Amino acid sequence: MNRIIKFIVLDILKNKIVLVYTAILSILSWSVFSLEDNSTKGLLTLLNVILLTVPLISVVFSTIYIYNSSEFIELLLSQPIKRSKIWWSLFFGLTLSLLLSFFIGTGIPILFYAPSDVGIMMLLVGFFITTVFVAIAFLSSILTRDKAKGIGIAIMLWLFFALLFDGIVLFLLFQLSDYPIEKMMVGITAFNPIDLARILILLHLDVSAMMGYTGAIFKDFFGTSIGIFIAFIILFLWIIVPFLVSLIKFNRKDL
Amino acid sequence: MIEINNLSKNFGKLKVINNVSLSCNQGECIALIGPNGCGKTTLIKTILGMVIPSKGTIKFKGEYVSKNFEYRKYIGYMPQIGRYPDNMTIGQILEMIKEIRKSDLDLDEDLLHQFKLKDLFNKRMRTLSGGTTQKVSATLAFLFNPDVLILDEPTAGLDPLASEILKEKIIAEKQKGKLILITSHLLSELDDLITQIIFMQDGEVQFHKTIADLKASTGEEKISKAIATILKAKNNE
Amino acid sequence: MKSKLFILLFCSASFFVFAKKYEVGVNRSFKTIKAALAQIQNGDSVLVYEGLYKEGNIVLDKEVKLIGINFPVLDGQKKYEVLSIKAANVLVCGFKVQHSGYATLEDPGGIKVYNTRNVVIRDNILDDNFFAIYLQYCSNCIIKNNRIKAYGIEEQQIGNGIHCWKSDSLQIIGNTISGHRDGIYFEFVTNSIIWRNISATNIRYGLHFMFSNNDSYISNVFKNNGAGVAVMFTNKVKMFNNTFTENWGDAAYGLFLKEISDSYIFGNKFLKNTEAIHMEGTSRIKVEKNVFEANGWGMKIQASCMENEIVSNNFVGNTFDISTNGSLVLNTFNGNYWDKYEGYDLDKNKIGDVPYHPLSLFSVIVEKNPPAMLLFRSFMVTLLDKSEKIMPSLTPDNFIDNTPLMHSLKL
Repeated sequence: MNRIIKFIVLDILKNKIVLVYTAILSILSWSVFSLEDNSTKGLLTLLNVILLTVPLISVVFSTIYIYNSSEFIELLLSQPIKRSKIWWSLFFGLTLSLLLSFFIGTGIPILFYAPSDVGIMMLLVGFFITTVFVAIAFLSSILTRDKAKGIGIAIMLWLFFALLFDGIVLFLLFQLSDYPIEKMMVGITAFNPIDLARILILLHLDVSAMMGYTGAIFKDFFGTSIGIFIAFIILFLWIIVPFLVSLIKFNRKDL
Repeated sequence: MIEINNLSKNFGKLKVINNVSLSCNQGECIALIGPNGCGKTTLIKTILGMVIPSKGTIKFKGEYVSKNFEYRKYIGYMPQIGRYPDNMTIGQILEMIKEIRKSDLDLDEDLLHQFKLKDLFNKRMRTLSGGTTQKVSATLAFLFNPDVLILDEPTAGLDPLASEILKEKIIAEKQKGKLILITSHLLSELDDLITQIIFMQDGEVQFHKTIADLKASTGEEKISKAIATILKAKNNE
Repeated sequence: MKSKLFILLFCSASFFVFAKKYEVGVNRSFKTIKAALAQIQNGDSVLVYEGLYKEGNIVLDKEVKLIGINFPVLDGQKKYEVLSIKAANVLVCGFKVQHSGYATLEDPGGIKVYNTRNVVIRDNILDDNFFAIYLQYCSNCIIKNNRIKAYGIEEQQIGNGIHCWKSDSLQIIGNTISGHRDGIYFEFVTNSIIWRNISATNIRYGLHFMFSNNDSYISNVFKNNGAGVAVMFTNKVKMFNNTFTENWGDAAYGLFLKEISDSYIFGNKFLKNTEAIHMEGTSRIKVEKNVFEANGWGMKIQASCMENEIVSNNFVGNTFDISTNGSLVLNTFNGNYWDKYEGYDLDKNKIGDVPYHPLSLFSVIVEKNPPAMLLFRSFMVTLLDKSEKIMPSLTPDNFIDNTPLMHSLKL
């Protein structure tokens, strides 16, 4: 591990917000599993956590952290270090620490109570969602110098992906209900990492319903190993593209 | 050692540096002076690669600095206002920079001892006063025995004692034949240090002269007066 | 009465004493089964020893006990119907019957029973037959403990495991059936019982049941069949303690009910089916003490159903508990446990104080607009569902369980 990543990870792990985040995830997960009599219901509650809380915390915390790291970045920039390396290190540092707290908070309870394919998929998807929203945070914080604006953009992006997007899709579904739009709908999910994550979990959690005619189209795509592979590739693109855009911008940025 | 060619930098419509060409060599101690907002700091930052020039090139030791980073190994930089991660202690910052640079060279810890920073090693950066922060910046700039020292307002915020220590250190380094670039708006304190003056205004270099030249052409003994004379002459044109 | 019984016992005893035994095998008096059958009288037994017998179509037209020892193999070479039973009081047991003919016109079977009564077929292995066991116009027959397996891929190219047509008073007990078109097929069969069979991985239905009144099926397992179990155009059926599981897929059901009336569905387990129960045009059915767990849809009750009672069931972990295609509700729900119920029980009588609406808004939406499934479990949809639960506006408000249970029933 490179030294800069090490410093960043150590710095973040000392951060109170991350500690609180880990603690809250942990308390939530353990209590959800121990209160519900079947683990499926617990997983359902955690699904909402993964689809709402995890992206929100990831994106907002990362954005704030990046803005607060401007001194650190400046300090490093006068040293013989490649610019992109600083940005990459910041990204890896943030991602690793948030993944760690997600794993400690949610991963361990899942592995303890529900080490099924649903549980594993949830864990995997949680990792991806965390990383995607860290990448989105990098993009939103490079777009503007103003910290308040940057956090605003981050929250708006979260709001869009977590809520508005689904609203728009629901609206479209009813407007276009006379047309054969199933295939298009599968395509549309690619534009929202949260939806993509949700459907991947849904296919395991509600497998019985997804086998039926309504879910068949999704099952045919996301249920095959190629479909899952493509879905993860798209999630991966959701990490790479925003981050690379931010990297290009960072390389040209005046500090 | 540093060759600047037709350098320009715009922030939006604002031209901060306008077609600047300079050449600085080993053994020189150059004062970069000018009124606030004349582009001194930006010029320094472009040399360090922190600001990307709109036009023009910078060569360091004969190599272009754009897309290069290794050259910064030879530069010690002391920023005008040192900004450091709040949560880290002085000790951690020094350790980190040392680790990052992986420098096997002998470290120059003179300033560390003279500023008595070791006693403050466990203090977090956010608790430090401006002056102490400047001491940390200065220590970092000199720590790796760089060939070039770029000091942005080095004595601002330092108490007279620390200021004197720093000045002596600068003179010592100058005598080792290093290139030293200092910006300052207080001219008097530079009198006994510098060999050359670059005067900037509105993003342009007004003149670049050795002290001897400057004194001879104006007939003034004090640098500040010599500059004032030149400026007056220019205004009258 | 006692003397009559005595006479009866005496007669049957003498019957066994005087009946002859014929042995068929490599080192036995008869080399082929056909040769032995040619010699026998009504009531005789034929013991067939281990070996491979390729004798084309063997017809049993006398009352005979055909007993295999160590599973002699009767091979139809994919050309012949293997055993044809045309006499009453026949017993066939202990054979491995394989490779029956595959002509689709004559429905050749591994063992086919024609127009007779009191036939017992038990403890056989039937492997790779077109129809495995086929009964027509029979009564009082017992099909017991047979292991039936086929390797069908397409519906048209394979027959049923146990096929019963126009028969009465049959007992189908303890058989294992897989790989056929329908595991068990009943058409115009009355007063019969299907008990403790396992019907799995058949291409179409685990059990296919039509125009067959007054039958019961009890304690069977129907697993992973193409479309589950279909019970159609029938009345007075009793379905007790069966397990319907993993009937997954497009138009797959745990139990498909069509035009059924006056029937009783009690104590069954529905696990992991796409639709646990699908009801169409059913009336006066009581669905009681069943477990619905981890199904896509617990029950789909079409608007054509009426006067059905759904009481004291457990609905746990289903994607949707109930769904319907209309707004007319002529069925009643009472005293079920719904794990999605979020009410309270202040008077501690273990019955929730607020009624439960088992029909979620989203299940109605999905019924009308299937691709909406895409949005399931998104925050948006959860929000919609919650608000609908509090103030029903789009779902029929008499679709209601007034006495939802706070805790699941021990079933």
